[in-house]
Amino acid sequence: MKFSEFVVRDAITAELKSSDRDAVLRELVGALAESGALSEASVEEVVEALIKREKNGSTGFGKGVAVPHVKHPKIKKMAATIGRSVGGVDFAALDHQPVYSVVLLLSPENQPQQHLQAMNIVFTNLQKDTFRRFLRQSATLEAIADLLDEADQGK
Amino acid sequence: MPTASRDIVIRNQLGLHARPAMQFVDLANQFKSDVKVLSFGEEPGEADGKSVMQMIILAAVEGTPLKITADGEDAEAAVEQLAKLIEDKFGEE
Repeated sequence: MKFSEFVVRDAITAELKSSDRDAVLRELVGALAESGALSEASVEEVVEALIKREKNGSTGFGKGVAVPHVKHPKIKKMAATIGRSVGGVDFAALDHQPVYSVVLLLSPENQPQQHLQAMNIVFTNLQKDTFRRFLRQSATLEAIADLLDEADQGK
Repeated sequence: MPTASRDIVIRNQLGLHARPAMQFVDLANQFKSDVKVLSFGEEPGEADGKSVMQMIILAAVEGTPLKITADGEDAEAAVEQLAKLIEDKFGEE
């Protein structure tokens, strides 16, 4: 699987306006709704599900990245976006450090294999120091999209 | 140092997604032994059983055979309990 198969390019947010976790989740789900990945009417429900998931165990797995995700009946097709925070967001991360890059993934229910494949791509890249550094430094939507394209091409 | 290993198959429907991966790593960290997990799925892989990211990267779907290997003084207890966590489907379903 490739980033281009599930990341909604237009929803990439190079400079998050929000600085707290719940607001960041709302901003990114809102961006996905604007791009048509889900209906505006479902935004709040999906955000609530994401917050509940975070309370169950933070998806801030350390090293300045978080991967909030949820499987939800309102999601018909897997969709992801990326948000970049300049100031850092408190995600109650495992290493207690602020999060600068948020990869938000929404999956339909009953497609666990597809979900795991997407998580595989996300984490394979987030594990790389260079990818994390470039992601944190990419100040525009285009720069982030280029970084994902390069990752897809195996560069 | 003693080494122990177990072969086990992922049985929960959702596979080794983030929450079970974290449960596994939390349990693995309770042991002094190093823990390694080999996956023999469609895309074989190897993970440090104490790294959440590496465990998620395995993308082990339901039915994926795994080998858990522990190396250290409490190796036997580690593989036994980690295998049980997988057998018990991480408390899912």
